[in-house]
Amino acid sequence: MQNWIDSLIAAGDFGKNPPRDLVYAAFIFALSAVVFLGVAFPFAGIVSWVERRVWARIQSRVGPNRVGPNGSLQWLADGAKHVLKEDVIPDEADPRLFKLAPYLVVLGFVLPWAVMPFSSALILADLNVGILYFTAVTALTVVGVLMAGWASDNKWSLIGGIRSAAQIISYEIPAGMSIFPVVLITGTLSMQGIIRAQEWEPYHWFLFSNPFCFVAAIVLYVSALAEGNRTPFDLPEAESELVAGFATEYSGMRYLLFFFAEWGNMFIAGALITTLYLGGWQAPRLSANPVVMNVLELLSFNVKVLFLVFTSMWVRGTLPRVRIDQMMSLCWKFFVPISFINMIGTAVWVAIWPEGNRVAGYVMFALGVAIAVLFIQRVMYYLRRSRMEMYLHPTI
Amino acid sequence: MSDTAEPTLRTEEMTLNMGPQHPSTHGVLRFVIRADGEVMREAVPDVGYLHRSIEKIAEKVGYHGFMPYTDRVDYVCAMFTNQGWAMACEKLANIEVPRRGEYCRVIATEFNRLASHLLTVGLMGMDIGAMTPFLHALREREMINDLIEELCGARLTFNYMRIGGVAWDLPPGWREKALAYLDHLDPILEEYNALFSYNKICIQRLANVAPISAEEAINYNLVGPNLRACGVKWDVRKEMPYSVYPDFDFDVPIGRGEWGTIGDSMDRYMMRIYEMRESSKILRQALTRMPDGPVLAKVVRNLRPPASECQVRVESARGDQGWYVVSDGTGYPWRVHVRTGSFAAMGIIQKLSRGLMIADLVVLIASLDVIAPEIDR
Amino acid sequence: MEPLQIYERLKGRFGERILETVEKKPDPFAVVDPAALLEICRYLREEPELAMDCLSNETGVDYKDRVEVVYHLFSYLHRHGAVLKVRLPREEPRVATVENIWKSANWMEREIFDLVGVNFEGHSDLRRILMPEDWPGHPLRKDFVEPQEYHGISTVRESPIVRLDQLKDQHKKK
Repeated sequence: MQNWIDSLIAAGDFGKNPPRDLVYAAFIFALSAVVFLGVAFPFAGIVSWVERRVWARIQSRVGPNRVGPNGSLQWLADGAKHVLKEDVIPDEADPRLFKLAPYLVVLGFVLPWAVMPFSSALILADLNVGILYFTAVTALTVVGVLMAGWASDNKWSLIGGIRSAAQIISYEIPAGMSIFPVVLITGTLSMQGIIRAQEWEPYHWFLFSNPFCFVAAIVLYVSALAEGNRTPFDLPEAESELVAGFATEYSGMRYLLFFFAEWGNMFIAGALITTLYLGGWQAPRLSANPVVMNVLELLSFNVKVLFLVFTSMWVRGTLPRVRIDQMMSLCWKFFVPISFINMIGTAVWVAIWPEGNRVAGYVMFALGVAIAVLFIQRVMYYLRRSRMEMYLHPTI
Repeated sequence: MSDTAEPTLRTEEMTLNMGPQHPSTHGVLRFVIRADGEVMREAVPDVGYLHRSIEKIAEKVGYHGFMPYTDRVDYVCAMFTNQGWAMACEKLANIEVPRRGEYCRVIATEFNRLASHLLTVGLMGMDIGAMTPFLHALREREMINDLIEELCGARLTFNYMRIGGVAWDLPPGWREKALAYLDHLDPILEEYNALFSYNKICIQRLANVAPISAEEAINYNLVGPNLRACGVKWDVRKEMPYSVYPDFDFDVPIGRGEWGTIGDSMDRYMMRIYEMRESSKILRQALTRMPDGPVLAKVVRNLRPPASECQVRVESARGDQGWYVVSDGTGYPWRVHVRTGSFAAMGIIQKLSRGLMIADLVVLIASLDVIAPEIDR
Repeated sequence: MEPLQIYERLKGRFGERILETVEKKPDPFAVVDPAALLEICRYLREEPELAMDCLSNETGVDYKDRVEVVYHLFSYLHRHGAVLKVRLPREEPRVATVENIWKSANWMEREIFDLVGVNFEGHSDLRRILMPEDWPGHPLRKDFVEPQEYHGISTVRESPIVRLDQLKDQHKKK
C-alpha cells in the first residue's frame, strides 16, 4: 500500500515534491472514511432491519416487510424519518453537553473499526497494540452515556445514565480479564498476530485450546452483551421503566445515533470474540491466488461475526431483564472471580505447555461438538412435540 | 437523611414522577416516588385520571340501559361486570335466569377469565423485559377474541348479558370451535409456562418481591388471585356459589411459596397460570353439558324493582367484585356502587413500596394485576 | 351465622345503640348509632365467634334527608357477613373512621369523602382521591350541579350536530 502511494507520488500525481506524511495521512483519512461511512454505518442500519425480522420471527409475527423487498429498505426509511424530525432540545438542558453526547457514543462505536481484521490484507491499521486500543476506545461510550443522562435534565434519564455507566464500567473488568488468556498464549497484543497464531481448523482455535479459554470466551461474550446495553442487561434503556433511559429526551437523528452505536457494538463485540477465540479470518488454503484467499478470509470472518450478532439478537428476544443489583452482583461476585481464575489457570497452562497442547484442543473440541449436538437434539425434540404449524421460511 | 459521615457531602431524596403516561403502569396511573437512588422510600399512588362517573350515570340511564356502561368499568373483564350488574338487578327484582342462560353466562365469563389472565401473564413478561411472552399470550388471546366476537359481536366491551339471561344463544358450530380451541390451548399453556415461568432470571425478578401475609391481605381487602396467593383458600364461586357453579368440578389453587415466600410476586403470577388451567376445565364441562331451553327470561322493559338494596359478589378475574345497588321503586337505581379488586390492591401499594427498588415497583403493579378503569370507574 | 342472628347478638351486647334492624329482603341490615360505631366495629372484629376480619365494601349513599354510610363486613374465618349502616345529617356528615380496625377503609373512606362529602374523623390522609384536589362540591350528591367551567376549561360542550347544522346554514346562505 505504501509502495503504491510512493509510485503515485513519483509519477507526479500530487504536484512537485509533496510532503510525504501529508499524502499518507490524506490516504488514511480517505480510507477510514470509506470504512466508517461505507461499512460501519450501513452495517448498523442493516442490522437494525435484521434484528427486527429475527425478533419478529421469535415472537411469532412478521416484522417489517413493506419497504423494499422483505422490508430490507426499512432502515433507510427510518433514517430518513429521523433526519427529518424536529430537533427538540429541552429548555433546561445543557445544550453543549446535550449535543455532544451522541457523538461521543458514536465515537466509541466507530473508532474500533480501525483495527477490525477483515482479512489478512484488509485491516485499516495493524497496530501492534490492537487489543489495547480496542478496549480503550470502546470505553468512550461511558462518557457519552453519562453526558446524555445528565444533560437531559430529567431524573429518569439520569437514573438511566448512571445505571449504564455503572454497568459498562463494571463489565469492563471481566471483559478485560477474559482477553488476557489469549494474550498470555500468544504473547502479542496485535489483532493480526493473534489470528495468525490460530489455524482455520476449529480444534485449533483458542476457544478449544484449554478449558480456561472456553470459560473465558463465554464470560467475554456475556460481558460484551452487558457493555453494549443489550438484553438481558438493557436496564439503561429499560423500556418498561424508564421509557428510553438516558435517551428519553433525544429526538430525531440524535436518538438514532445512540441506537446505531448499540447495533454497531454488536458487530464489534462479535469481532472481538471472533478474533480472540474463534480464529478470526482463518480459512482453509483452497487456492494460491491472494485475492481469492482474501475473499475467503473475509467470508470466514463475516460468517463468524454475524453468527455471534445473530446470537445476540436471539438472546434479546428470549430473556427478561435483570435488576440492577442482580446485575452488579453477577459481575462482581461471579464474573470477576471466574475471570481471575481463568487468567491464572491459563498462565499455569502456558507455563506447563508453552507450545500449546494439541490433545487438549481435540478433547475440548469434541466436548464443544457434543454440547452443540445435544442442544440441537433438544430443539428438534421440542419442535416435533409442539403441535403448531411451523414453517421455516425466513423471508416471508 | 441529610447528613452522612462526611459533613460536607449532602444527600437528599429524589422525587420522581412515574406519570400518567408511562409504558409500564397498567393504565393511567400516577405514582409520586420518593427514592434514594434506586431504592424507594415510598411510592404514593395518585388515581382519578380515568374517572368517568359511571356510578352517577347509572342513576340516569336505568337498569337495562346501564349494561353497556358496566363493560367500561373493567374493559378487560367485561363479562364479569356484566354478570355482576345483571345478578344484582335479578336479586332485587327476583328474576330467575333459565338454566341455559346460566350456562351461557358461565362459558362467556370463563373465556373472559382466560383472556384476562393471558393478558396479565403476558404483561408481566413485558414489564420485566421479555417481550416475547407478551406476543405469544396475545396470540392466544386473539383466538379467544375471535370466538367471542362470533358469540356476541364485540372483542372488548361485550354487552352480552341482559337482566334475566344473555342476549343471544351460542351460534351453530360455536361449541365445536370452542372445544377445539381448548384442545389447542392446554398444551400451549404448558409450553408457555415451561418457557417463561421457570426461567432463572424471571424467578430472580419475581420471587421474594413484596410478599404479603394472609392477615395483611385480609385486612387490606385484597381479593381474587392476590388473596389466594397469600394462602387464603377463598373463591366466591366455591364459597358463596352463584349461577350454576355448583355443577362444576374444579380446584381452587392457593399460593405455596415454592420459589420464595408465600404471597410474593411469583406466587401471584403463578396463581393466574393455575387459574387458567381450572378455567379450561370448567369450560370443557360447561360446553359438553349444556342443557336446552331459552337463554333469556321474560323481563318487562321498564323494570321497577321494589325499594330495597342488595349486595352481590362476583368472582372476576381480578378478584371478587362487590356490586351494591339501592333501588327506590322507580325505573332508575338510587345508588350503584362497585367495589373492585384493583381498588383494594392500590391501597396496599403505598405500604408495600417502602424499601423496594424502582424496578420492583413495576413488578409489583404487574403482579397485583391493577387495571386503571376498575379503580377510577 | 345468619345476619339476623348477628344483629341479635349485637343488640344483646349494645342494647339501644343498635337503632333498628331492618329485615328487608334480600339483604337485612342494622342501623347503628354513629357515636358507637367504633366500639361496635371493634367488637365485631375481635369477638371470636363473629371475627369480622374484612371490611368488604364501604359505600356512601345520599338520600333526600340524610346521608348514609353502609359497611359490608365479612369474616373469612366463619364465612358469614353483616351489613351496618349509620345515618348522618346531610349538612355536616361526620363519623369516626374505621381505618384503624380495617386498613381497607383508608381508600374507601377517601372515596366517600370525595364523592359524597362525609368527613371521617381521625382519618390519616383524608383528601380527594378520584376528583382533582380543588374540585368544588361532592359529585354523588343528589343536588350536585356541575360547575360551568374548571380552571378556564368549559364543561359545557355545544353539540357537534348543532354546530354542523349551523355551518350548513351558513353555507346555504352564501
